[in-house]
Amino acid sequence: MVSGDRISRRKALKAISNVAAAGAIVGAGVVGAIGGFMAGSTTGGAQQTVTETRTREVTKTVTATKTVTAGAPTGGNPIKIGFEVHRTGIGAVYGKWYERTTVAAVNLINEMGGIDGRPIELVIEDDGTDPQRGAQVVEKFALEHKVDFILGALFSNVVLAAAPRAGELKIPYFAVSEGYHVPSGKLNRYSFQPGITDVRSQTQAVAGWIVENLGKKITMVFPDYAFGYDHRDWFGKAARDLGGEILELIPIPPTETTFTKYFPKVPADTEVLYHVMVGPAVLTFVKEMGEFFGSKRPEIFGFIDSLEGVAIDSPGLEFLEGTYFWEAFPRYLDGYDTPYHRFFREKVGVDENGADVNDPKSVATYSHMFSCWETLFIIKETVEQSGYTRRSPEDYRAFIETLENFRWFNEGNQHPQGAKLFNGRLHQGFGQQFISRVENGRLKTVYRTKIEDSVYESDVDYTKQPL
Amino acid sequence: MYVANKGLGKALALHIGVIAGFFILQFIVPPFHAAMLTRIMVLATYAIGYNILLGYTGLMSLGHAMFFATGLYAAGLSVIYYGLPPLEALPLAILLSAVMSATMGAITLRTSGVFFLIVTMIFSQVFFLTTLYFNMITGGEEGLVLTRYLKPISLGLFSVELTDSVVKYNFALIIFSIAFLFSLWLTRSPVGRVLIAIRENDERAEMLGYNIYKYKLLAFTMSGTISGMAGAAYALVFAYIGSALASILYSINPLLWTLLGGAGTTIGPIIGTGLMIYIIDFTSGITSSYLIVVGITLMLLVLAFPPGIVGAIKRRWIRWLP
Repeated sequence: MVSGDRISRRKALKAISNVAAAGAIVGAGVVGAIGGFMAGSTTGGAQQTVTETRTREVTKTVTATKTVTAGAPTGGNPIKIGFEVHRTGIGAVYGKWYERTTVAAVNLINEMGGIDGRPIELVIEDDGTDPQRGAQVVEKFALEHKVDFILGALFSNVVLAAAPRAGELKIPYFAVSEGYHVPSGKLNRYSFQPGITDVRSQTQAVAGWIVENLGKKITMVFPDYAFGYDHRDWFGKAARDLGGEILELIPIPPTETTFTKYFPKVPADTEVLYHVMVGPAVLTFVKEMGEFFGSKRPEIFGFIDSLEGVAIDSPGLEFLEGTYFWEAFPRYLDGYDTPYHRFFREKVGVDENGADVNDPKSVATYSHMFSCWETLFIIKETVEQSGYTRRSPEDYRAFIETLENFRWFNEGNQHPQGAKLFNGRLHQGFGQQFISRVENGRLKTVYRTKIEDSVYESDVDYTKQPL
Repeated sequence: MYVANKGLGKALALHIGVIAGFFILQFIVPPFHAAMLTRIMVLATYAIGYNILLGYTGLMSLGHAMFFATGLYAAGLSVIYYGLPPLEALPLAILLSAVMSATMGAITLRTSGVFFLIVTMIFSQVFFLTTLYFNMITGGEEGLVLTRYLKPISLGLFSVELTDSVVKYNFALIIFSIAFLFSLWLTRSPVGRVLIAIRENDERAEMLGYNIYKYKLLAFTMSGTISGMAGAAYALVFAYIGSALASILYSINPLLWTLLGGAGTTIGPIIGTGLMIYIIDFTSGITSSYLIVVGITLMLLVLAFPPGIVGAIKRRWIRWLP
């Protein structure tokens, strides 16, 4: 059993109406988190077995929708978790690694005794990175597979189409995106994003370092749609608040294939070029940026989203040498070398350079996929603290209210990216960020932000919504 | 008049039977399949609209996502920004779809054949990019959620919520029934017969004295309006609007559904839509390479039934099928 002091559901419900007792729940959660790490880190003898199980399961889930992991505890009915994954469509690169991480976490949890002694049964459905299909998958999970919880998705449009349906069907839905959709208040009481920070907090967290270390005069290049606008609005605000100046905003249409005409718009006195280009055109973007600026370039800061799943030393990316990137979790192990981080890499099967241990050319979407791992452990912790046993309004109420009362998820094997500060009103987790520099064709972490750098005030309060 | 009424009783009985069947199914099938049928009815409405142009007029468009999305955004944005109740947003969306399709038809129908295909696709792409460009209003590719803006539907003594699965189902059924019965009426009306004449041989129809441009424009407008009605229903029933639903994929989908079920038959688009959605759902649960399976299945079906499933049934066995 992982958890330390466990509180029954009825006790938890009673405690929620009592401030002092609520503190005890949070305390128990922290104890549980620490206990979880201790349990995980002392299973060295079993690690080889777990790894073999993971490999076998990865193969299995490719051809099967339902997965009951090997080595799972035999007692109790399984807890069913529906995993909405982008196996096909534009998000497939991410989906491959999200699935691999999720399967690894499920196997580990089952090896550790499951959730409250019950094994996890993972039900995987491909949403095709399509909003319409995404909502349909939620219906399938809730009404046909009758899962207890839903994990996914990544792409914001799928989350925004799927999460409302989960709210209507009254089933907890855990986004593993980084979009500013959950904390913005667009969704509902049943939607959470505890395992990864959102784009607003990411940009806010790095703004101070950029203004202090790279320069105050900033030009922003961003895609001309919502994701880019989130960067424009939130980074722009944070930079200005910290004494920075946005010299020019250069939106680039999503269908653009050549970027040469945009670079002359960059003012000559620009000290920092902030870019957040995504999609297949990013290689062209970097190449043309290099051709335009040559050796007389400003400091350049980008978001690793552009190059997730892409080797930094790929031909055409030479111009990135000496530029900086935001990372949620360093692709190279030495960027944040902790025992928990090593543990996570081993279980998921990622080498020290952020690639598949069996295929160095297959680079992971490392800055995002940890969210699946951490979210699954949060589900586990909340089930055990709330006394959730079955799909019923009462148990879901206990589960949601217990989760809303969590404050911290401690760093450990369950949270290898770092501790998370959870805001129950926003249903959003906040954590540390990393800034890395490209040196010799690899990313070298140069700065780690504090958790509080990513925290922002908001009037959103999901706890006021009825269940 | 004899010709016009031939088989009317059977056709009417069949159509009412289909609608009654959908109504009864909600009490029989498990909740997941009821949700699937809700989705199928909304999207089949879109296919019915597309079929009026392709199946009965012989014009293949690759730009119908533009009309589906017109209805989608008109309904969704009026609910979000103007607080319109669903039953006011719906007719507004239908009206705007009619205006949009009449305007687009007036422009695109000056071309024909492959040029018509390309021009409709281009206009649709322009519409798609416009939804991205004005993303501060439309939500762009991320989209907007309607849930908290959707007001209850007032039915006199009581009101119902569109967040309720039963209400969603029956709302979709009403929309579908309107489109389905309208397509039956159209195929048996004098206008519908002229459209079929144009499909079979537009030069001959013109020589007979029909202004084929006007008839094509009428067909285009009716087709786009029903597609827009489906888009509005999608926004209201599934509480989400986003640019992905205006992308070219949503121009190709109704083409596939219609061809699979049988272009030029009223029931074909429904069969095609339902079959495609269930094939994708079923195969995606078996293999991650389900799109290959879907593709092969489609090819086999097209080889076995060149005029579509219902089209083949009509040719071989039930010739009175409208």
